[in-house]
Amino acid sequence: MATTDTAPTGGEKRRHGRFSLSNGAYRAILIVGAGIFAALVAWFLYSIVNQARPIFSALGVSWIFQPTWNPNLHKFGLLPFILGTIETTAIAMVLAVPIGLGTALSLAYLVPARVKVVLGSAVELLAAVPSVVYGLWGVVALAPLWREYVEPFLTSVLGWTGLFNGPNEGVGLLLAGTILFIMVLPTMVAISRDVLAVVPREQVEGAMALGATRWQVLRKVVLPDARTGLLGAFTLATGRALGETVAVALVIGNSNYIAHSLKSPAATLPSLIINNFGEASGTELAALFGAGLVLLVIGLGVNSIARVLVRGKTGAAGGATSVAVA
Amino acid sequence: MSVLTFDPSGDPILERRRQIQSIAQASLGRRKASSAVALGICWVFLVLAIIPLVAVIVYTFAKGIVAWNATFFTQVTKPEGIPDGGVANALVGTVIIGAVATAVTIPLGLLGGLFLAESDGRVAAGIRFTADLMTGVPSILMGIFGYIALVKAFGYSGLIGAFAIGMIMLPIIMRACETAIRGVPGHLNEAGLALGARRFMIARRVILPAALPGIITGVLLAIARGVGETAPLLFTIFGNQYMQWNPTKPMDALPLVIYNNSSQPYPDLLQIAWGAALLLMAMVLVLSIGSRIVAARLQRERR
Repeated sequence: MATTDTAPTGGEKRRHGRFSLSNGAYRAILIVGAGIFAALVAWFLYSIVNQARPIFSALGVSWIFQPTWNPNLHKFGLLPFILGTIETTAIAMVLAVPIGLGTALSLAYLVPARVKVVLGSAVELLAAVPSVVYGLWGVVALAPLWREYVEPFLTSVLGWTGLFNGPNEGVGLLLAGTILFIMVLPTMVAISRDVLAVVPREQVEGAMALGATRWQVLRKVVLPDARTGLLGAFTLATGRALGETVAVALVIGNSNYIAHSLKSPAATLPSLIINNFGEASGTELAALFGAGLVLLVIGLGVNSIARVLVRGKTGAAGGATSVAVA
Repeated sequence: MSVLTFDPSGDPILERRRQIQSIAQASLGRRKASSAVALGICWVFLVLAIIPLVAVIVYTFAKGIVAWNATFFTQVTKPEGIPDGGVANALVGTVIIGAVATAVTIPLGLLGGLFLAESDGRVAAGIRFTADLMTGVPSILMGIFGYIALVKAFGYSGLIGAFAIGMIMLPIIMRACETAIRGVPGHLNEAGLALGARRFMIARRVILPAALPGIITGVLLAIARGVGETAPLLFTIFGNQYMQWNPTKPMDALPLVIYNNSSQPYPDLLQIAWGAALLLMAMVLVLSIGSRIVAARLQRERR
């Protein structure tokens, strides 16, 4: 590689008395650095797949969708947990999409400049609050509130839908979904705001010059232009909600049965793993690794979609923030 | 000469403009009303978003500050019923695990970031996409990975916790470094090349100093994310109610104390959990705010 080195050598090195590397060696070190990362990822994927393999070779693929989890009866169906994961995430996103979008629009276009800076920083700081703190807050502060006020209220107003049958327990799908909503909100607002902020200024001003009202500008110019990036932000938030472990495990009530109501205790794939990992062995442990693999596949799928959508939408300016908080 | 006469009433363009204006005028009231309603909803959503986020901070502060006393910081965690428990062992564990993870991931992340910033090939694109995906992989899977790959062979230890946390931090640092390095103006790089400097020299003396604010921000944010993670630690460091400075042994950590105590019915354990939550949140916020201050100061010095 030294032959391709066109830079002057020797003299400069001696003058500064400093360590230097030829271009080839430098390049090689960079490749090693990136290679180590790639190797770690490969090791990670191999480990999970390898440990999950026994359960798949023993039970095939259909066991994933069996409705019963009972290790004593040798039943390891993951359906309740897949449903729980989807349901909690759905509750979170139903709340987070409109509220996050409204907040991002306000932050990007409506609030005064000074407020924008303060709130913008606050949102990014909040994205860093550890999830276990949200979990602790949820189980101590929100669960009694949900049991005494929120769930009775929702039952009286929306009980006819059949979604709110059963006793008010506080912990359950609804609280887990709410906590997830609060958790993903800062991430979602931060990325959505970055996406909205890079809508070309001329288009916004052009629409205003044509006499459009502020809402018309937002709806007909800003939102269509930012559509792909916003979808990416929502998908990214979905991915975070799907994989959240401790906060959900603390507030979902951890039941191994399919929930029959939004107030029912339930469990998600991550909460199943974390609650049973300590005592599991043999086939049950393999089943938990299998659950991990299912979670990995869902997570990678959702995140690939999100990244493709967000890619190139925030550009270099927003990229740093989005990467940091995501 | 009839060509020169101009009859505005018959001009189709003006006619069309007048039409549009009258339509716009007629709908102005309705459009203004719907705009007011929609923007009002946006404002309501902004407030709705702020309430829970402020509530979690205020609540944690109010509950946690009560727990902060001398024994909280100097004593180790005690089981229920034994007074004067603290979180000293967990604080030491979190700091050591965070420090080890940071020390290992910074050089790797820097190399990876430089590689990504200086390469545009298909391999680099693949690694970039992989790094993006890895930042979104559920953190519990890193714990399972640490368990399968290392705990089974070496037993529980703080180092494996640092490994799992490092796996979460590495892609974040790589991408942040890449973004920061790509933000350095290309002419600096070209000036270095024109002076006959080697690429290593340019990277060390020109590009890295110029990209430093962005790199520091990224690293501090990655640390903030890393030390707050609970799930990876549950599978790797096991927890330890005694003071343990040796990272090759099972350790305790603040997120673990919070998680374990939060499902306890005992008020004193719960109070420790709140104190630990406030401590952890304060650490994370200091790192996040610190990263902004550092970045802003370095940016200003450069001007």
